[in-house]
Amino acid sequence: MKTPVIQAKDLNLTFETNDGPVHALKGVNLDIQQGDFVSFIGPSGCGKTTFLRCIAGLETPTGGSLTVNGMSPDNARKARAYGYVFQAAGLYPWRTIGGNIRLPLEIMGYSKQKQAEQVQRTLELVDLAGFEKKFPWQLSGGMQQRASIARALAFDADILLMDEPFGALDEIVRDHLNAELLKLWDRTGKTVGFVTHSIPEAVFLSTKIVVMSPRPGRITDVIESTLPRERPLEIRDSKEFIEIAHRVREGLKAGSEV
Amino acid sequence: MKRLLPVLTVVIALLAVWYIACIPMNVKEVLTTAERAGVTIDPPSAAERRDMGHLALVLRNTDALSGSWSQDRARLPSPHQITAELWKSTWEEEVNGRRGIVRSGSLSKRSLIYHGWITLSATFVGFLIGAGLGVLLAVGIVHSRVMDMSVMPWAIISQTIPIVALAPMIIVVLYSVGINGLIPKAIISAYLSFFPVVVGMVKGLRAPDHMQLDLLKTYNATKSQTFWKLRLPSSVPYLFTSLKIGIAASLVGAIVGELPVQRGGLGARMLGGSYYGQTEQIWAALFVAAGMAALLVWLIGWLEKRTLTRMGMLT
Repeated sequence: MKTPVIQAKDLNLTFETNDGPVHALKGVNLDIQQGDFVSFIGPSGCGKTTFLRCIAGLETPTGGSLTVNGMSPDNARKARAYGYVFQAAGLYPWRTIGGNIRLPLEIMGYSKQKQAEQVQRTLELVDLAGFEKKFPWQLSGGMQQRASIARALAFDADILLMDEPFGALDEIVRDHLNAELLKLWDRTGKTVGFVTHSIPEAVFLSTKIVVMSPRPGRITDVIESTLPRERPLEIRDSKEFIEIAHRVREGLKAGSEV
Repeated sequence: MKRLLPVLTVVIALLAVWYIACIPMNVKEVLTTAERAGVTIDPPSAAERRDMGHLALVLRNTDALSGSWSQDRARLPSPHQITAELWKSTWEEEVNGRRGIVRSGSLSKRSLIYHGWITLSATFVGFLIGAGLGVLLAVGIVHSRVMDMSVMPWAIISQTIPIVALAPMIIVVLYSVGINGLIPKAIISAYLSFFPVVVGMVKGLRAPDHMQLDLLKTYNATKSQTFWKLRLPSSVPYLFTSLKIGIAASLVGAIVGELPVQRGGLGARMLGGSYYGQTEQIWAALFVAAGMAALLVWLIGWLEKRTLTRMGMLT
């Protein structure tokens, strides 16, 4: 078996607060393989975002081990191993869409020519070609979020970490972007970590669904999806889809009955 | 046009209040003048009138008040008297006067254009020093905890000292080391204008939220990249707001700096007017100062609009 891209062993993260310690993550074990699409699902406070932030090196675990590409998360961050998409698009209002996508490239010191190439390529990847010179306020919320995905893809990191990227969008736009994201994942072969609290979204997108529960934040079930890679939106009406969704729901229920 | 009507209404209301206020304010001098011209005044004794209320005098002598708006050296000169003084000390003095720029080739020392220019140049220099210092201090405060804790309290304390008390000391100290003229005034002006810029810029540089800072962290951006690419652009709207306050404060500082020196400038003109009871001169200088402040603030506002439009932040 290949070595996992992301590997967590008995991971703990405890925040010290005035009301005593809060176990944001406790005893988390998880392997993520190259090319996996992994969703983290669970109620708020289950540590799914915290876990994603640990992978990104934005939080430091207090115990256990976590490796990303065989490195510590902090070194992986410094090696620019991943692109991160936040819940809000967070585009700079003073930069055009092209300028926003160029931001990481400027910081990482790409040449002007390479910057232009990458911007063009990623804009096409998220279906925003022709919007390079527009300012963020001229785009809809869904388009802004696509631009922020393009920004995370611009520097060709192998891992894409997404923290409820479509949480603030309405369902129609969300469905559309989910389908787009699947196509994008299929074309680029990236490893994706995806935080969500929507069961259909998690089942539709993932090859692996990680069900988490709160107090302490932990993994209660890991479901390997049996759905094919090719997934039209209609697959959500199939028996297989409904069965997986059911298992996720059961996992969530079990986690909350402690 | 939409804005003109409300503005005009307020101006007319103010003028009306002003003209009405001229009557009780000037009544004693007006009655004395009228009495000299042969009108019977009630009560006839000047000594008795001195202890009476202004309103009572107005009510008892309603037919002798025609001079209320044309009294020489009035306590409250009427708007048209001030307008006349403004015209006289600008256009008339410079174009037709013996000392004016047309006849003598240099600005007359009696014209408000001359004095206004002196004040304006000190304001500009002071504003540049103050705004520059303010921005630098803000950058330091945002990046260094030590500076945050040490500089900010002093900046706040500095603004609690009345500038009128401090100004003469600054002038005397600088004079003793051989610096006089424009620089001391500019320093007083900078002393007032750096503060709003510091406060505004600190807020602006801290405007980016956690998410935006985290985003740059995922790129492994350096502190200086974070500053130039995120903090500085985010602070621009805050900067302009504080610059507007700062430039008005600069003008006040320059005027205060002119009070103790009496070597020209609107401040000198105002104080000179009060020494010699030339109320019209005081008011005229005051209006020029107000007009200049409005113009300066408008100028910054115009720059703000242009900059934000170019940055794409004004929709």
